[in-house]
Amino acid sequence: MNVMDFQEVGLREINSTLQSLEPLSNNREWVIDNPMGQHAIACGLNAPLSVHIRGNVGFYCAGMNQQAEVTIDGHAGVGLAENMMSGIVRVKGNASQSAGATGHGGLLVIEGDASSRCGISMKGIDIVVGGSVGHMSAFMGQVGHLVVCGNAGEALGDSIYEAKLYVAGSVESLGADCIEKEMTAEHEQTLADLLERAQINKDVKTFRRYGSARKLYNFDIDHADEY
Amino acid sequence: MCGIVGLYLKNEALYSQLGALFKPMLVEMTSRGPDSAGVAIYRDPVPSDQVKFSLAHDSNQFDWKSLASDLSQALDCSADVSQRDTHGILVTSGDEKAVQTWLAENAPDVRVVGSGSSVEIYKETGLPEDVYERFGLENAEGRHMIGHTRMATESAVTTAGSHPFATGADLCLVHNGSLSNHNRLREELKRKGVTFGSQNDSEVAAAYLTWKLRQGVSLKDALEQALDDLDGFFTFCIGTSDGFAVLRDPIACKHAVLAETDDWVAMATEYRAIATLPGAAQAKVWEPRPSTVYAWGAETLDGQAANAFEHADKGAA
Repeated sequence: MNVMDFQEVGLREINSTLQSLEPLSNNREWVIDNPMGQHAIACGLNAPLSVHIRGNVGFYCAGMNQQAEVTIDGHAGVGLAENMMSGIVRVKGNASQSAGATGHGGLLVIEGDASSRCGISMKGIDIVVGGSVGHMSAFMGQVGHLVVCGNAGEALGDSIYEAKLYVAGSVESLGADCIEKEMTAEHEQTLADLLERAQINKDVKTFRRYGSARKLYNFDIDHADEY
Repeated sequence: MCGIVGLYLKNEALYSQLGALFKPMLVEMTSRGPDSAGVAIYRDPVPSDQVKFSLAHDSNQFDWKSLASDLSQALDCSADVSQRDTHGILVTSGDEKAVQTWLAENAPDVRVVGSGSSVEIYKETGLPEDVYERFGLENAEGRHMIGHTRMATESAVTTAGSHPFATGADLCLVHNGSLSNHNRLREELKRKGVTFGSQNDSEVAAAYLTWKLRQGVSLKDALEQALDDLDGFFTFCIGTSDGFAVLRDPIACKHAVLAETDDWVAMATEYRAIATLPGAAQAKVWEPRPSTVYAWGAETLDGQAANAFEHADKGAA
């Protein structure tokens, strides 16, 4: 295991070290100490590393992640795992706004609460939140899953495309074109798999499913001849 | 941009370190606001028959002793002043209104930046670290402080345009964001007799609260009414004689984070400003919800004893 102390080596040294590791490198286990809430830690990784950040991080932690598994022992600031492509990002505490924004793939696990705009414009990422999410979560969500074990704030799934939302608790309000949908056995299986991958224990029977009513699109297939 | 910070000490053993603990919080927010900085510190409360004024002058050569002596003679009251760089802290037995009127007539260059029984407000243009050191706050003792680092957007970089802005006795406000309807609201408040010292949008928010409080509205209600009457982006931190309160606009446009341990409660625009506090790595950290009044030491909030953990557990943090 390799240990880097943020206060000793700084951001550039940490990120360039982690970014330059070859996919087949034997140096796969990394610990980052004393992150002190600084921004953009462990961004742009592209190798199957295990990076353990011991402390609270600032904005844009683990952004653009590919392949790596990044764990944060604490709180994550704005834009956690923004535009993640693959891999796993896990935060043990709460996360600020826009966690998982625009993510294309991979799994983001927030064990505590996520703030507003969690999963905004998600494009294939799977997000599992152990607590609650704030307002405007999954705004314009295109592909992927958002699982919320607690409650969802106002305007959940506003202007949503094809992202699938599962919420166990209350939903303060649904956004434009977001509706409750039937939960089939197939959906329960998908949800059970997501919870298992996230290592969060919650009965799938307690969840309700939400998604797009498909009425906001400019293009309506039934009127194709008229365009 | 701007950065705001607040620190409230729950553990009395830390009171002697307030200024030292607060300094790195303010300095860490320099990249968000290098134009000017200001703080409000609550300490050394004066007896109930006296008032403490925070006064400021453009020059640090201003003769505060003569001002105090003239004031004392004119109003037949006690008047002690201690100078800190461009600011003078005046403690007087004179009537608050009479003192303000006398100052306006006899020392028009002197600005009243705050008043009350314990608050002292210091603010200047320049880098936050320099401003903090100019006012000798590193060794300051007390229970709580709020501060601001400014990157000006809506008005000029001047001392008068710097934060905190006083909103009444022992009350002041720091603001991160920008208000859209400040011109119209300023004109409305002027018609109601509220005076202004700058073209700054945040001063309008402070004046709005001042006016509401003068009508007998509680601080908590005034803050909730502000959600309807202020148009724009804001995270406010409001210092009171007992603690501080935090309020964000309904869409939570501007960053904010809260942290709490058994020893302290802190708020900041970004967590990195809190990271240097003792035990911060083990603190409970969360983002405050929009349109929600958070408060510590909340006696002035109409008896609302807000509990941070209750807020955090109520739903989305």
